[in-house]
Amino acid sequence: MPKMHYTKEHEWVKIDGNIATVGISDYAAHQLGDITFVELPAKGKAVKQFEVLCAIESVKAASDIYAPVSGTVLSVNDALNTRPELVNESPEEAAWMATMKMTDPSEVAKLMSREQYDEYRKGL
Amino acid sequence: MELLRETPLIGRHREQKALLAPFGGWNMPIQYEGGILAEHRWCREKAALFDICHMGEFLYRGDIVGGGLEDLFTFSVASIPEGRSRYGFLLNEHGGVIDDLIVFRLARDEAMIVVNAATAANDFGVIGTRLKAGAQFSDISNATGKLDPQGPLSRDVVTDLLGRNISSIPYFRFITTDILGSKAIVSRTGYTGELGYEIFLPLEKTVDLWDKLLKDPRIKPAGLGARDLLRLEVGYSLYGNDLDETITPLEAGLGGFVNFDSEFIGKDALLRQRSTGLKRTKVSFRVGSRRSPRHNYEIWSGDRNAGITTSGGFSPMLGCGIGIGLVSPDATTVGTELDIRHENIRMPATACELPFYRGGSVRK
Repeated sequence: MPKMHYTKEHEWVKIDGNIATVGISDYAAHQLGDITFVELPAKGKAVKQFEVLCAIESVKAASDIYAPVSGTVLSVNDALNTRPELVNESPEEAAWMATMKMTDPSEVAKLMSREQYDEYRKGL
Repeated sequence: MELLRETPLIGRHREQKALLAPFGGWNMPIQYEGGILAEHRWCREKAALFDICHMGEFLYRGDIVGGGLEDLFTFSVASIPEGRSRYGFLLNEHGGVIDDLIVFRLARDEAMIVVNAATAANDFGVIGTRLKAGAQFSDISNATGKLDPQGPLSRDVVTDLLGRNISSIPYFRFITTDILGSKAIVSRTGYTGELGYEIFLPLEKTVDLWDKLLKDPRIKPAGLGARDLLRLEVGYSLYGNDLDETITPLEAGLGGFVNFDSEFIGKDALLRQRSTGLKRTKVSFRVGSRRSPRHNYEIWSGDRNAGITTSGGFSPMLGCGIGIGLVSPDATTVGTELDIRHENIRMPATACELPFYRGGSVRK
């Protein structure tokens, strides 16, 4: 079972080989409130770790989503175009946003485990 | 440090797991557990209850004309029949909006003025200095609670509450009645585009009324987040966003609430503006996607920065972003292609008519 890692900006990434699947945490989804729009990244887009990958909007605010790792976008979850509320319903499973081909596996060391992330957000 | 004020319902909001945030100097519920979209839908389909105790209420007693109340606002108070209310503005010398408000004609020599929370203290000062000696003018905000049941089922809910038929209250009229042993005003007004009421009653009775209303399963609490979406969908202006002291009612597209037969401070400025033509005016637009414009985004028309958005959001009823702004008048024609911009965001949009949503029950 691939492990989940988290960023301080509340993205999650699931690493399977050199494929990274990206989304936002259940905590982030709850904080944002009702999600009304997800701007998915373009396929083929190359991003560096912690740079802007795409964007998300809720009834309350617009936010950037940052790439948890460096890489190139392989696929996006088109279901979010018509059903952005999936992010509220299933933030860490059904509402994955993109898969990326990871370029530097060592970057995972800069991310948090679930336990570390839970500790981190308790302090927020 | 300025402490946030709280309504008597703060304990209820916390029990109902509200997300609280500062609004106009008050710690107010933005949403409850179910979220803004669910509360919005409940108000459009059934009935929602809003805690609006933060708004200001002033009481005027005296001759309407002789005491100066007649010459304060952009409309005539003396011509409001008893039992009716009227919406309009308090202006500065430049025609800018100090506040938008509603005056309730309680009796021949008595009126209640209902104002926004953030502007209430300033309004009270301005009105006080403009009134003539002899009239009694008091700020009754701290003694007055306000709960708004709004939605197509609100009439049934309030009828059952009062034990009397209120279907005879038309839009912008009110009755004075007994609620929980106290004198209360039930007004057929609101800020949602739905059939609805604003209930004014003694502050100490608001918790009891809140509890009593919510025993009815047809009505559920809704926060200021849903209220903002509801008002935006029907194109109502929000003070602090669409209106402020630098914006005139003519620019804001609210000239219909200015009676040029009345005398009021700011009238000369509005007459000048009317004769020289407006440099900017209200535009309403639909976004071509689910993206939400927000306050202070740029509005482009062709290769020109035509103005700014003053309000924006996602419309659940239309399924797209909607917004209101101030732009050069040529960009307001219905059908004009606009581009809403903010940092790296681009939202193609089209100028449209108001209201965005026409299916509301407000006049039913």
